[in-house]
Amino acid sequence: MRWKIAGIAGLMAVALATAPLPGRADEPDIKIGVVATLDGAFAVLGQDAVRGVELAVAEVGGQVAGRKITILKASSDASPDSAIAAARKLVENDGVDVLVGPLSGDEGIAVKDYAKNHPAITFVNGTSAAQDTTLRDPAPNFFRFTSDGAQWMAGLGDYAYKEKNYRRVAIVAEDYSFPYTQVFGFMYEFCALGGHVVTKQWVPIGQKDFSSVVAAIPQDIDAVYVALAGADAVNFLTQMHQGGNDKPMIAGSFTADQTILSSKGRFRDYVLGTPSAGAIADSLDDPDWKAYVAAYRKQFPDGLGSPSLAAYTYYLNTAALLRGLQAVNGDLSDGHQQLHAVLSKLSFKTPTGGEVHLDENRQAVIDNFVTEIAADSDGKLYNKVIRRVVGVNQTLGMDREKFLALGQVSRDNPSCP
Amino acid sequence: MKPPRAWIGAIAGGAALLVIPLVANSFWLDQIVTQALCLSLVAGSLSFLIRFGGQVSLAQVAIVGAASYALAYLGPNSSGLGPHWSLAAAIPAALLAAVLVATLIGMLAARTRGIYCLMITLAIGVTFFYLARQNYSIFGGFRGIAGIRRPEIAGLSLAGSVPFYALCATVAVLAYGAIRQLGRTPLGVALTALATNPDRVEAAGYDIRYLRILAFALSGVMAGSAGILLAWFHGRISPGAVDVSSIIQILVIAVLGGMGSLPGALLGAVLYLLLENFAIDLIGAERFNSLIGGVFLVVMVASPDGLLGLSKRSALLRNALPLGPAGKSPSSDRSPSQPGAAATASSANQGSEIAG
Repeated sequence: MRWKIAGIAGLMAVALATAPLPGRADEPDIKIGVVATLDGAFAVLGQDAVRGVELAVAEVGGQVAGRKITILKASSDASPDSAIAAARKLVENDGVDVLVGPLSGDEGIAVKDYAKNHPAITFVNGTSAAQDTTLRDPAPNFFRFTSDGAQWMAGLGDYAYKEKNYRRVAIVAEDYSFPYTQVFGFMYEFCALGGHVVTKQWVPIGQKDFSSVVAAIPQDIDAVYVALAGADAVNFLTQMHQGGNDKPMIAGSFTADQTILSSKGRFRDYVLGTPSAGAIADSLDDPDWKAYVAAYRKQFPDGLGSPSLAAYTYYLNTAALLRGLQAVNGDLSDGHQQLHAVLSKLSFKTPTGGEVHLDENRQAVIDNFVTEIAADSDGKLYNKVIRRVVGVNQTLGMDREKFLALGQVSRDNPSCP
Repeated sequence: MKPPRAWIGAIAGGAALLVIPLVANSFWLDQIVTQALCLSLVAGSLSFLIRFGGQVSLAQVAIVGAASYALAYLGPNSSGLGPHWSLAAAIPAALLAAVLVATLIGMLAARTRGIYCLMITLAIGVTFFYLARQNYSIFGGFRGIAGIRRPEIAGLSLAGSVPFYALCATVAVLAYGAIRQLGRTPLGVALTALATNPDRVEAAGYDIRYLRILAFALSGVMAGSAGILLAWFHGRISPGAVDVSSIIQILVIAVLGGMGSLPGALLGAVLYLLLENFAIDLIGAERFNSLIGGVFLVVMVASPDGLLGLSKRSALLRNALPLGPAGKSPSSDRSPSQPGAAATASSANQGSEIAG
């Protein structure tokens, strides 16, 4: 009995003793905090996100202007509250200088609000792609060198209308802010050309029974736009086929993933030729991209076969941050003002072979890719790059005032029935 | 007649509460202590039900959610929902909503005991989560309701860490005092008896169904206060705050600290939050959940009545043979149909033992 008490007392003592004290001001290291989803459903993506940060830091030799870089991590579970808790621990307790993250959309908006209360810390985005992180009410110290969910759709509506000749589309998407943004990005181009989105159905995340959704899809359409996570998309499409509906699919950025690409049988023939769009494409035939993938594989032999979108976005944001730190010689003594000025004007070449710079809200203007599912010589399915859309900005080429007047994305906005 | 030990505990606890804001930085004060106070009220409302009424409810998180959502929907928010009442009207309405929901749950659960009570309250808790996630007109769906502002009391804004900590500490101390007082009233005695031997309470002429619903309603006041404080703490409410993992979190906190007491719940909440925040530094990102689970198991094995039970055990150990009374855990005489009843029985015998 006595040892049990000693054991628990010991555990508590360890927990308390290892709680770090506030960092010293003369600490020569530059501390980078990373907020990512290291547990829960998105753990694989979160771990890959951390690899992206580590890859960027390794590229500069783990130091900037003679100051060593240390990486501190905190986990969130994709909810805004957990992202704030993770950010608070890193900023207020561990004393990080800069924060990279978070991963999901609503988290990003919460961290942006948090950034406003800490003007002397620099925040760069992770993967988070909510529009309003930067479009409305931006924070002066939050920088996003990656696209939002609407930018990821650039080129797809145009391609579906002009090349695929789709005119009437029904939408089935998950019911939260990121798919709203994706749908907005698709409809923005598609409706402007004269296309019609006949019905929109929003389903809860993780829904398995789509029978009522399938029943509500009208017959007189040309295609179904699907923004569901891969496994859910397979479920939905299978049930749609069983319901006797085999209209072709247009895929959201996260829909045409490995689950879809590894499909077999009749279903494989169905998904061939499915168009999609996003920030990266595995099959990109570009020397910069190939070098980037090779570096990733060399540093992380046990990582994923090819860097995920999470690894790429965290890498790109961290790489931008490190360029800024090098430009100011690692000097953050002026409350980061110099660094913020440099980051706002930064322009450099990304691993996808395009150029990135920021607009006045510190949001990336960056290339996007339209892809289509194709089969390689071995018969394996992959996302083939169809076209590169150069320099997509957040307002998708529209005047900012007019774009803002379109209103916040929601279940009902936009609409073109 | 309070035993002097209880006095020492009360004074030490009060002194600690007063000293904390002077020594803790904002992260420790907000993220650990204030949050632990809020969570201990939730776990404490569960302990309360176990001690006064003898029912283990998994629907406490739904009651907390009812208060948070009512405050968010009726009061000022940035999601464009609800009538935007002033806080003076929204706060009592939120508390009332919590008590109503608690009473309804009590009506459903009053006829059940043990595992059946667990099952029905778990079903209610999960139902509430799905309702919150799928309803957009009131609950705001997946995103919930954001922009819940903290009020000002007598010109002092609660937006700061220290004033808000003071409010949470005050509510916790009040709840603690109220529970102690209740234990001395005839009603409290009847409820305690209900936890240990419902048949005899019924034989004595009480309507036990009514008593159980009353216990639920009273726990609703406590859980509802926690719901309001947590809504202010996060500034938002979303379905993630009322999902199954939150239900389990509260159960873990209650078990870690020791079922059946508010100080125990606070201890459990502090340990839980420390693990949640610092496990990743101890063990790395890959395995930190294993450490959290491991500590939970160690506590469970070493001390079935939680961290607070350790102090009692060590007192017993000092004057006991290796196989003396300490060797027998108080839970060994637990009947399978009454989880938690034994722990409450031991605290009932010792009158004011809830002080810990």
